Amino acid sequence: MNEERKGLIEKITNSDIWKSIFRHGYEKTGRRYTLQVLQNVWLHLHPPRISRHALNFRFTWCMGGITFLMFLVTAVTGVLLMFYYRPVAEYAFRDVQALEFDIPFGMLLRNMHRWAAHGMVISVMLHMFRVFLTGSYKKPREFNWAVGVILLLITFFLSFTGYLLPWDQLALWAVTVGTNMASATPVLGNEGPFTPTDIITQSNDVRFALLGGTIVGPSTLLRFYILHCIAVPLVASVLMALHFWRVRKDGGISGPL
Amino acid sequence: MDNFLLLIEKPDNVPILAMLFLIPFFIWLAYRQARQTDRTGVPSDAALNDKVYVWPYLCRNEFVCAIIIMLILAVWSIMIDAPLEEMSNPAKTPNPSKAPWYFLALQEMLVYFDPWIAGVVLPGLIIVGLIAIPYIDINPKGKGYYTIKERPFALAVFSFGFIVLWIVLMIVGTFLRGPGWNLFLPWEYWDPHKLVPLTNVNLSEFIGIQDAMTANFFGFAVVAGYFALGPIFYFWKSKSNKFLQELGLVRYVIVSFLFLCMMALPIKMILRLALNIKYVWVSPWFNI
Repeated sequence: MNEERKGLIEKITNSDIWKSIFRHGYEKTGRRYTLQVLQNVWLHLHPPRISRHALNFRFTWCMGGITFLMFLVTAVTGVLLMFYYRPVAEYAFRDVQALEFDIPFGMLLRNMHRWAAHGMVISVMLHMFRVFLTGSYKKPREFNWAVGVILLLITFFLSFTGYLLPWDQLALWAVTVGTNMASATPVLGNEGPFTPTDIITQSNDVRFALLGGTIVGPSTLLRFYILHCIAVPLVASVLMALHFWRVRKDGGISGPL
Repeated sequence: MDNFLLLIEKPDNVPILAMLFLIPFFIWLAYRQARQTDRTGVPSDAALNDKVYVWPYLCRNEFVCAIIIMLILAVWSIMIDAPLEEMSNPAKTPNPSKAPWYFLALQEMLVYFDPWIAGVVLPGLIIVGLIAIPYIDINPKGKGYYTIKERPFALAVFSFGFIVLWIVLMIVGTFLRGPGWNLFLPWEYWDPHKLVPLTNVNLSEFIGIQDAMTANFFGFAVVAGYFALGPIFYFWKSKSNKFLQELGLVRYVIVSFLFLCMMALPIKMILRLALNIKYVWVSPWFNI
């Protein structure tokens, strides 16, 4: 029986179709382990070999990986949520209510999206803390730390733009409080110091540009929706690719090059 | 106490509750490893360069970690529902109005500084300062392992900024700030009519300067002195310090400026809470 099964597996893995997809064999050699990583588009972000201490959970806390996982979860659940949600002031709140009460697993979908986003904020902060504590930003990884700081900001901004979308009281006022700060920008904000208030008014300062109005209104909802679903995730993806690639090019997550 | 229990039950505050445990846990974890390194000596380059295959060793770790995290996330999502309050109403302002929890440390700064500093300048400096870290921290030691002995200053500054000025202020903003952004201890009732007399005075008034022009110059002198005297004195005193020479003048100026900007927050907090000081520098254009 066992022999039969082994024969069958061998037959499958030796077939032309299987070999056209997976270009490596299954022998337990270093050559195969290397090929397995190099010939897989998803795994080849990794180098074939890494330092032993990078495997240690106590050392890495796994936080960078968790951040990426949370990003993937929010991307998948976010796309599914987009099927049910319209970024229009008249519909937005009703659509979220429909998600909660009418759509099968809609509540679970929304919960996963929100908690994964919160989880991402926590894990990205802890990731930065770990990278600092282990001195992993030092030469030659200075630039990648800078990319990481931008990604931290992008994570906050992604979470912040998403906060408005349920269009409930919590969303409206949290975003109102947050965006009010923009009007205090020196020179460019209507209420900031050194602002020529006859030129920079409430209806053309930086806060207006962010909100598309003088208060958080329907146009803000649309702006934040597009930023949240398209613009910022695109930038985040590009910078993440850069971040991961640099981790590899700079000689692994930490330690001497 | 009921207020506090309500706050804790709020679904959006779960992450902060989690951080109450996560942050001390990870500090303890890092501290233990740092002490071990400091006692047994720094790992050799050979040890740090000891390589293993990514497949299967790293991929297995990633897989296990992803499964555990997805399990936690699934349980969290099934147990606790995302909040949804009543439909947005621009005519009905809740009191207190709070930003999302990860911005509450910034909102907390508004108590002590005007919006243009607390909301624009200081956040900008946090970003610039974080990006500048690798370029101003020229200590080549402590790369790739936990240690305290080899970089005490860098660790102390960053940990103070991250733990006290970011995480703790976030927790204060979430759990201890009630109506009118007044401070309420956990067992206190959130009284929306609580009156806190604002008897704050400016530093110039505090020492008896009444004239606006004199006060302006006095404030300028205090702020300029804060940023100049300390660094100049320290530089002059430890000119021959080898580390300072390696750092160079430009880096030294940047480090001391960023450090003093960071320390301005706790200093202003102490001035406000202990001496009821409102502004240090009152000028016709802005107040600090």
